[in-house]
Amino acid sequence: MKILSEVKLTFSAESRNESFARSVVSAFAARLDPSVSEIGEIKTAVSEAVTNCIVHAYRGNKEKGRIELVLREQENGVLYIKIKDRGCGIADVKKAMEPLYTSCPEEERAGLGFAVMESFMDKVTVKSAPQKGTAVIMTRKILSDNSAADT
Amino acid sequence: MPVVIETEENTVIARLSGEIDHHSAKELRSDIDLAIDRHRPEKLILDFDGVTFMDSSGIGLVMGRYKAVKLCGGCVIIENTGSQIKKVMRLAGLDRLAVIK
Repeated sequence: MKILSEVKLTFSAESRNESFARSVVSAFAARLDPSVSEIGEIKTAVSEAVTNCIVHAYRGNKEKGRIELVLREQENGVLYIKIKDRGCGIADVKKAMEPLYTSCPEEERAGLGFAVMESFMDKVTVKSAPQKGTAVIMTRKILSDNSAADT
Repeated sequence: MPVVIETEENTVIARLSGEIDHHSAKELRSDIDLAIDRHRPEKLILDFDGVTFMDSSGIGLVMGRYKAVKLCGGCVIIENTGSQIKKVMRLAGLDRLAVIK
């Protein structure tokens, strides 16, 4: 897939940066002229992925970990988003992606992060290795006819 | 203020505003729980009118408060949700636990 433009940034894994990540993605996605509903769904998916890194990836670490965000505008109006950490990784990705599964129910995590990402994005790929980290890659095609998509 | 609490008779109304994510949910949770503890309401109304964004952290927030209110025999009513928030709530099946208006 041809890449038309790309942005890459890293930020510390702290909850204040959740809204920052959403704002960056929404500013980048604006060039694809998304509808209000498309941008809302994309922001929600990004929020879930970034929150997972903050809540799970660096749990118990003394130093604050880092999160890498890669955004690409691809051909045919496709938005590519990669959110990657170098944290604890996920031993069983399939289980982690099951709706309502959470490793920390006491913190009121609903266990819906991946379900939200899968329902709001066209494609979600998770690559993870224990002790190495996790990368979530999501794509979404922005429809050009947004007068129809907003209804 | 991310949440304004109003009480009348047996009802607690929590008017939420801003963005609800993992970062903001903690404060909202403790503010609403304080009101539930104090008033033991029959009805908890969560008003989402001022909420501009919500991810699944908001689901945890609603479910947790649902459990707390249910313990004292009350119910939860969710009001004024925009389309993005409604989508997340439906995905979670919240409409089975609370009335979503």
